[in-house]
Amino acid sequence: MVDLRTNFAGIKAPNPFWLASAPPTNTGYQVQRAFEAGWGGAVWKTLGDPILNVSSRFAGTSFNGQQVAGFNNIELISDRPLEVNLQEIYETKKKYPNHAVIASLMVEPTQEKWHEIVKKTQAVGVDGFELNFGCPHGMAERGMGAASGQVPELVQKQTTWAKEAAEVPVIVKLTPNITDITATAYAAVQGGADAISMINTINSLAGVDLDSWNTIPNVAGKGAHGGYCGPAVKPIALNMVAECARDPELNNIPISGMGGISTWQDAVEYMLMGAGSVQVCTAAMHHGFSIVEDMVDGLSNYMEEKGLQSLDDIVGKSVPKYSDWGNLDLNFKTVARINNDVCINCNKCHIACEDTSHQCIDMLTANDGTEYLEVREEDCVGCNLCSIVCPVDGAIDMIDIPSKEPMTWNERQAAIKQSATSAKELI
Amino acid sequence: MNMNRFKEKSISLVDLESNFQEIEPDLAPNETIDESNRCLYCYDAPCIKACPTGIDIPSFIKKIASGNLKGSARVIMEANPVGASCSRVCPVEELCEGACVLNDASMPIMIGNLQRHATNWAIKNNATLFEAGEDNGKSVAIVGGGPAGLASARELARLGFKVTIFEAKEKAGGLDTYGIVSFRLPQEVSLWEVEQVEKLGVEIRTNTMVGRDISVDDIVNGYDAVVLAVGMSKVPMLGIDGEDAKGVYDAIEYVESTKTPPFSKDIVGKKVAVIGAGNTAIDAATCSVRLGAEEVNMVYRRTEAEMTAYEFEYEFAKQDRIGFKWLTQPVGILTNEKGEVNGLKCVKMELGEPEADGRRRPKPVEGSEFVMEVDAVIKAIGQSRYVDLIEEFGLEHKWGIVQINQDTFQTSNPKVYSAGDVIFGDGQGEAMVVTAAEQGKQAAYAIHKELIGETETAAV
Repeated sequence: MVDLRTNFAGIKAPNPFWLASAPPTNTGYQVQRAFEAGWGGAVWKTLGDPILNVSSRFAGTSFNGQQVAGFNNIELISDRPLEVNLQEIYETKKKYPNHAVIASLMVEPTQEKWHEIVKKTQAVGVDGFELNFGCPHGMAERGMGAASGQVPELVQKQTTWAKEAAEVPVIVKLTPNITDITATAYAAVQGGADAISMINTINSLAGVDLDSWNTIPNVAGKGAHGGYCGPAVKPIALNMVAECARDPELNNIPISGMGGISTWQDAVEYMLMGAGSVQVCTAAMHHGFSIVEDMVDGLSNYMEEKGLQSLDDIVGKSVPKYSDWGNLDLNFKTVARINNDVCINCNKCHIACEDTSHQCIDMLTANDGTEYLEVREEDCVGCNLCSIVCPVDGAIDMIDIPSKEPMTWNERQAAIKQSATSAKELI
Repeated sequence: MNMNRFKEKSISLVDLESNFQEIEPDLAPNETIDESNRCLYCYDAPCIKACPTGIDIPSFIKKIASGNLKGSARVIMEANPVGASCSRVCPVEELCEGACVLNDASMPIMIGNLQRHATNWAIKNNATLFEAGEDNGKSVAIVGGGPAGLASARELARLGFKVTIFEAKEKAGGLDTYGIVSFRLPQEVSLWEVEQVEKLGVEIRTNTMVGRDISVDDIVNGYDAVVLAVGMSKVPMLGIDGEDAKGVYDAIEYVESTKTPPFSKDIVGKKVAVIGAGNTAIDAATCSVRLGAEEVNMVYRRTEAEMTAYEFEYEFAKQDRIGFKWLTQPVGILTNEKGEVNGLKCVKMELGEPEADGRRRPKPVEGSEFVMEVDAVIKAIGQSRYVDLIEEFGLEHKWGIVQINQDTFQTSNPKVYSAGDVIFGDGQGEAMVVTAAEQGKQAAYAIHKELIGETETAAV
């Protein structure tokens, strides 16, 4: 049996799958149902001064008939009285002492406010805090959420204030609506954060209705930007996690990763890229809490198959493989090879290559009249496009071709510089 | 035709009309989204090449996926003026769907059903898909308003010709209107296609038989070109005793009688024998079941291996619990004292050596005669030809198959072109609606080239 128990920056949970701070963690009823379904932890929907929400809050984006490829919301933090939330957190924690209950917090950027809410919340027995510096809509207009999360000094200052009052671990949740997320991550570290989490949602407009010309969603004919999440944002979020994980200045600070995680495979990718726990929201909103069952089961089976004992054997293992472009081997060569016995002759690879890449896949006819496709390997640049558009597994393989000594751009530039210097010295 | 999608249907002996409702349901809205998105949008797609009219199938499917139903219907109808009918009657397993690359990966796309969905939209929304071309001053007479004639007329009208269709029946559409069983193709679909052609200014003179109501000379001399697209005629005589008895039917007329209510109750509870094993024979048999027959048997002098019906038609017949009497040759129809059929005298056959066409010649087994107890006999052994009319036109023909120049569809009279079933046979063409439509189009382009010259075709 593999061990899925996690200790994330001191927060213990039976497994690394947490529900992210969002509508699924709005109430004790929901969080308790989630724990029953198998979630290892939950980040409670953000507590703060009560707010007012609008009606018509979410919008999904579909792609080729697939619903919820992306998801957009304009809901704010918890609209329930703080006391009610605290009471329910207390009851939940009492009922599920081994599950992680983390309180997401957002208040105005003053020391007094942060001390007050941290202390109040700590009193009901939470396992940790997550500071919401990421909510991109509504709260940002009032100087909170992403508005403070986009200013490193504010991130650092508020983290410090929260840490001053906190006795349990403090996670800082970062906004992706910023040019370089490592800058705010660094500010969180400087402020004393025990961990960081990312990403919050990305500024978004889900769509425009072609008949009414209203935004989607619209509130009485008007729209405002929302926050985007769901499977579509995964590559963006995964990169941000990886960039933080490989940044030496962040000192291997624990990262809770989130953004489009829908399956155990997604979770493993995040963990390989440095996430010590993963948070999920959209997939649960799409399918209900029961989806965690396959996440846990799939992860266990994967680890068993790979002979891995615990999550420590996964977390961060791909980080050393992520670098700068300048460190990639310019001499490496991979080419496409088409397996004609698997190929179904849809010719998608041909037209993709012909129209939009390097014109190296030929449509040919054999002597017996059968049509087949062939890559002119000498012209193939190894762009992968053909294998990406190919609808049949195994029809196109990307084959590594033995090549010369590795030489990266950085090495090449260094060599040029050196020979220039030696040339100068010769003069 | 996808039998897994058929509605659960029992045959009513009271409400015969209900038995003739379309048997395969339209795709549900979600099915069209799933199915259209499943299409790979192949490049140089084999389905296009497999379609005799060359419909750009990936394009029309992509348009369904994008919600551009009008554009989708236009792509279909542009290539095939009877594309709504064809979506229901084409042997898609042998054509587009049979060529779909997904046959090798999972399941072929339901191209026929998607085509039906897009054309249904056009029918329901009364969409105008095409406009007549600018009058080029030339006129064309089309003899026969079936698929070939309509396709020809539609393209000619778009190219600016003044077109007149002469149609012997009350309504145009030919086989699509009268000859294909209603539970496969409701008549209104075909009539919509007729209407689309009429909307382009084509005059359709129905109830007008060339050679009877208007002379062949008037046709040939009164127009700049003629398209002969009269199709085929009745089922020929069997040449056996009792053929004129009460209860002997011509399969073509029999199917035609089920295209519009009221439905005859004559077959309810009867035992029916259908002679032949082609697609029309199966139509007659399945119609008999829906007309309330108690027992229907198909009688064929060869075996299952030689039958000419499509595989899916055969499967459909079996699902309808139709019996098959293979290697059985009818030799006489027996009647009672009132002149009504009460038996079919047959002889058992055995297969001999292969004939020139590769099929083994059946020969009677001596002393094997027997009588099948039947109340009705339907003849479905092929169709005869309009030889007299063809000869009145003075056209070269082989047993009623009009001979044409394969490139131009011109007959031995260069002013007269010909398309559809009237040129089918003896190795020439295919007896499909979709082929007839393509030939009609090609004849139109050939006329345009001949009378107007090499300008753009179908550019409206």
